[in-house]
Amino acid sequence: MEQNSAIISLSHVKKIFDGTTVVEDFNLDVKPGEFITILGPSGCGKTTTLRMIAGFELPSEGKILLNGEDISYLPPYKRPVNTVFQHYALFAHLDVYDNVAFGLKMKKVPVEVTDRKGNKKIKMKHLSIKEIDAKVSRALSIVDLDEMEDRDVSTLSGGQQQRVAIARAIVNEPKVLLLDEPLSALDHKMRKDMQIELKQMHKKLGITFFYVTHDQEEALTMSDRIVVMKDGVIQQVGTPEEIYNEPINAFVADFIGESNIYNGTMIGKKKVRFIGANWDCVDDFPLNEKVDIVVRPEDVLMVEPEKGTTVGVISSKIFKGVHYEFIVNVGKNEVLCRDTHDHEVGAKVGIVVEKENIQIMHKELSVNQYTDAYINSNGQVVIGEDPFDADLTKLLPGSHLEDEGSTILIGPNGKHYDLNDAEVVAEIDLDKIELSDDLSKGQAQGTIIQSVWIGDHYQYIVRTDDEEDYVVNSPFTWNENDIVSVAVEKEDIKLRLKTPIEELARE
Amino acid sequence: MARAYSKTKRFFSFKRKYLCIPYSVFLILFVIIPIFIILVYAFTGSTEDGALYFSFDAFTSFFTSPTKINILVVSLFVGMLNTIICLLIGYPVAYLLANSKVNKNKILVLLFIMPMWINFVLRTGATRDVLSWMGINGGNHPYLATMIGMVYNYLPFTILPLYTTMIKLDKSQLEAASDLGANSFNVFLHNTLPQSLPGIVSASEMVFMPTLSSYVISDTLSEGKITLFGNIIYLNFSQSQWNEGSFMAFVMLILVGISMLVSRHFDRGEQSERRGTLW
Repeated sequence: MEQNSAIISLSHVKKIFDGTTVVEDFNLDVKPGEFITILGPSGCGKTTTLRMIAGFELPSEGKILLNGEDISYLPPYKRPVNTVFQHYALFAHLDVYDNVAFGLKMKKVPVEVTDRKGNKKIKMKHLSIKEIDAKVSRALSIVDLDEMEDRDVSTLSGGQQQRVAIARAIVNEPKVLLLDEPLSALDHKMRKDMQIELKQMHKKLGITFFYVTHDQEEALTMSDRIVVMKDGVIQQVGTPEEIYNEPINAFVADFIGESNIYNGTMIGKKKVRFIGANWDCVDDFPLNEKVDIVVRPEDVLMVEPEKGTTVGVISSKIFKGVHYEFIVNVGKNEVLCRDTHDHEVGAKVGIVVEKENIQIMHKELSVNQYTDAYINSNGQVVIGEDPFDADLTKLLPGSHLEDEGSTILIGPNGKHYDLNDAEVVAEIDLDKIELSDDLSKGQAQGTIIQSVWIGDHYQYIVRTDDEEDYVVNSPFTWNENDIVSVAVEKEDIKLRLKTPIEELARE
Repeated sequence: MARAYSKTKRFFSFKRKYLCIPYSVFLILFVIIPIFIILVYAFTGSTEDGALYFSFDAFTSFFTSPTKINILVVSLFVGMLNTIICLLIGYPVAYLLANSKVNKNKILVLLFIMPMWINFVLRTGATRDVLSWMGINGGNHPYLATMIGMVYNYLPFTILPLYTTMIKLDKSQLEAASDLGANSFNVFLHNTLPQSLPGIVSASEMVFMPTLSSYVISDTLSEGKITLFGNIIYLNFSQSQWNEGSFMAFVMLILVGISMLVSRHFDRGEQSERRGTLW
């Protein structure tokens, strides 16, 4: 059999709870001695993954191997892994010593004994009190809790309880230590200290750490490798540097650190257009391809207006200690940037980004999404500058409009909501847009800037004068640079309010 | 002037501590004074014209009567046996009831509590009839009949406090125990049981002392063959032997005190928060 060098290896692990897939096709090899972190927002399946390794949950599909041995369906007590729980789960009826000694007291080790006839045989025996004593005090001194053995756990502070929980796990010398958001209950300062201590402990013990957290900073500080998860699916696996500097998609970029994320379009070889300006970049994508652009705030340079690639106006300023954080309005877009120099709010500044610092990511297009849409006084949705008729009653199930063309929505409970000027996200399916050369037929007009033959249909990008792009699937042939109108049926525009509808309620 | 003002103000101002007045009055009227009366009767005798005098007569008559001591021992035994049987049956039942998969809509809990809604004397009479129909009556099996009646009556009082403790069991502690190498038996022994100890203590308190002083069950089901401490106290009072009766009530009081002390020892500190209580 092929010996796997990974200490833990998850292959095609899937977990379904009551019909909902929580973890989807999870593949990961953890090297011995590694500090690996699973990072993701709450509900992304990271804790479920940890619980499957610990044995509290069984995978619906797939295998979990430990040192090449299948442990997928072993009960927790038979697995050579130990867990540090989120809320510590210390035994309230035991003191510190007994909490730490619990695992050792449960353990049986093979001992060679000689029976009355003089035959030697292997017998499973509990550890002696002396051995337990020695191990417990060693574990307690690793977590800096010497002399605390007789304390009741309820009399300990949060940080101390945390240490007991760690000591209780490492005393068993597990092959892998699983940590389930262990620092989330501590205050900020304490958390920082514990991060450093955990990292040192990891070096000293040489045990593999499998860490789960939603705190990106924690993940970046401590890990050898980070696994970013979203909705049960691994997004990216890499070292902290890789994850930070080369996020694979907009989600990872947004989740790891602060970033500016924009929609962009490739306009030439290694040239990209976003926030109304053309930029040089280092990634090469096909012409006119829609892409996601990520720029880290610290990579945005603020220069004099005439030297900038584009120009914006500072709309806010926050002092952050070492640096200032500015929001610069460039047209309709906001650019978050950091600078150690002070600038006045309202000042005009030029913006420059080095081409290496523009991250370009391929965008999967399934729907046209317009995040800056709003509802005008005629009850229409305005995308760019073009108004579209839309079914506003879909915003609230069971509601109806006061009059046709009005912006007053009456809810099922009789409450009135005023939708005038409400900001919405509008979505239009690629298949639901009709192109026509009769310019009066559609609600918007634009130029076809790209056409691609995809198997059985064309995909066109129509750009309007106000630089909104409509991606359209169509069986008909058009040429680039054709001027066309864009028509969308009322019921094909999906709307989502940016603010809770209750905020729009009228007295 | 200032002083007069402050005086009137103090007279009218309502303080929170006044809220305890009704309770204090209740306590004095129905607890302190009766206990005092019991004490007085326990250590006095009365002459024929009704004058009280201090005496140890009731004390000596109790401790020199083998029958009464015997009844006390039997009562303690019945009480303990009842507590143990109730716990042995009630614990697994409460454990199952607290499992939300088994007890999805809490109807099962209701089923176990429902007997308490029926009048106690009626219920006991019915138990006697059912038992005798099954061939167990006070004549042939007085102890068996009494024990069945006792367990039947006190089981709900055991299940409820255990159930309230069980639904509050810290599941992550159970997981932690199993994570640290404890198999299901050891998880139960070293974690479930200690965690539910407060409920066990509560349940025992609810069963043990009331069993000693109950007399309807043993009277009805054993057809008068088993006399418990409650029976003999009742008997003494009904025969106007107030001094002897009071002294035995006093012994009962001391037993309650002892059992309270014992149970206090079991749930101290943090655990009392998780303690399941009936009321």
